[in-house]
Amino acid sequence: MSKMHVKMTVNGKPVEGLAEPRTLLIHFLREDLNLTGPHIGCDTSHCGACTVDLDGKSVKSCTVFVAQANGAEVTTIEGIANPDGTLHALQEAFREHHGLQCGFCTPGMITRAHRLLQENPNPTEAEIRMGISGNLCRCTGYQNIVKSITAAAEQLASMKEAAE
Amino acid sequence: MKPARFEYVAAKTVAEAIDARSSFDDTVILAGGQSLIPMLNYRVAQPDAVIDINRVPGLDTISVDNGAVRVGALVRHRQLELSAEAFAAHPLLREALDNVAHIPIRNRGTICGSIAHADAAAEMPAVLVCLDGFVTAQGSGGERNVPASDLFLFHMTTTLDSDEIITSATFPALPKGSGYAFEELTRRHGDYAVAGICAVITPGPDGNCASASLSACGIAEKPVRLSAVEAALVGTNLSDDAVSAAAALVDDMVTNEDDGAGGRYRRQVARTLITRAVAKACQRAAQGRA
Ligand SMILES: Cc1cc2nc3c(=O)[nH]c(=O)nc-3n(C[C@H](O)[C@H](O)[C@H](O)COP(=O)(O)OP(=O)(O)OC[C@H]3O[C@@H](n4cnc5c(N)ncnc54)[C@H](O)[C@@H]3O)c2cc1C
Ligand code: FES
Ligand code: FES
Repeated sequence: MSKMHVKMTVNGKPVEGLAEPRTLLIHFLREDLNLTGPHIGCDTSHCGACTVDLDGKSVKSCTVFVAQANGAEVTTIEGIANPDGTLHALQEAFREHHGLQCGFCTPGMITRAHRLLQENPNPTEAEIRMGISGNLCRCTGYQNIVKSITAAAEQLASMKEAAE
Repeated sequence: MKPARFEYVAAKTVAEAIDARSSFDDTVILAGGQSLIPMLNYRVAQPDAVIDINRVPGLDTISVDNGAVRVGALVRHRQLELSAEAFAAHPLLREALDNVAHIPIRNRGTICGSIAHADAAAEMPAVLVCLDGFVTAQGSGGERNVPASDLFLFHMTTTLDSDEIITSATFPALPKGSGYAFEELTRRHGDYAVAGICAVITPGPDGNCASASLSACGIAEKPVRLSAVEAALVGTNLSDDAVSAAAALVDDMVTNEDDGAGGRYRRQVARTLITRAVAKACQRAAQGRA
């Protein structure tokens, strides 16, 4: 099977590689780029563990072929921390408020929450729950995830206010 | 590696995609991939070729014409849901789309893909059926419009030829003075429906029901028009009793006993959803919001 040449920007850096057409974006990220933050839970768009940002939208990278992401901008959990290496407010909030237990869902959960807060910086609890409804967590019961996202939204809002 | 090997064709025009469809035995169209790629990952589908239409220009437009909304083959669920123009012209579409999966899936999945996939529990096929909409398909034999009533054959099966591609779907305007509603029951929000009801009700000047269109998803082997319920509603004063009596006529149409929701339960769900949808549609008609 002939391989295709693919090029994209991942977490701000240009990357390229050779991939079979049937290569899923999640496999390219994990196996070719060694970005093992996004996880594989189901491979069928159900669980959300593989959620990444593709051209500014949350997608499940298990149901996108890498060929479709040719030329795209991709952000994974590895690209969420602040440029100086400190944790992003969401990552801090998940740690502070016990937004994770085993951590399997966390990379997808935070990547999704990160996009959600850009689309809606001040979400209600119901909007958070609906916004992350494509991300399953088998441990926390979601309560602390919602708490973490709410806290991060407040933190980001006060940081923004301070900067203005 | 999850999917079995296939030839990947990145079509640049609809004509190229049609050509590719005829040059392999077994082909699939890759639109949003939200139904197809899970099937490929499970190897339930092992086509010879996957024809990606995502880079065909011009297929991602929403056009609104006198209250009717036409969506091209690459219009994503989320794009239509958020379109202010489509919402102003045809608010039923957003109400139905809110029930389709969840946001990351709606970011990728397309309305035409959902119609082509023809899951019996999917919302947008039922909306197309309720409104007497149609799809425009292109194949080696040229272009044709296929009305929703001739399109859906069975769960995950349409009457389209194997070389045809849906290029757009057209949702006709809501009638003047009508009210609409989409109501469904799922075990979790965003799952496929146990049952879903789409209703458009037009009261006459006397307040009696002048016309009614109802369809359902999830209850049978394909999205179905509830003609018996419609006929029973027309001419009544739409009182609770009249609506309950009409809703009971759905019973005979409920043939799906899958997914832990047996026939009796699903019939009850369908009846309840019909009464809710008709009540909401009447309320909206009264408020002149349609
Ligand atoms: C977890 C989960 C939950 C979901 N929940 C719902 C739900 O509640 N309601 C719902 O309606 N859907 C649901 N879906 C399905 C989703 O809406 C899909 O996006 C949709 O059914 C298919 O659209 P697509 O663009 O992704 O098509 P694809 O997956 O790309 O294609 C699906 C099929 O349609 C064919 N096809 C696609 N486009 C065309 C075209 N233009 N012409 C001819 N054939 C074409 C393909 O050959 C393929 O066989 C869910 C999916 C998942 C993974
Ligand atoms: S691995 Fe992608 S949604 Fe579960
Ligand atoms: S923390 Fe274990 S799945 Fe969410």
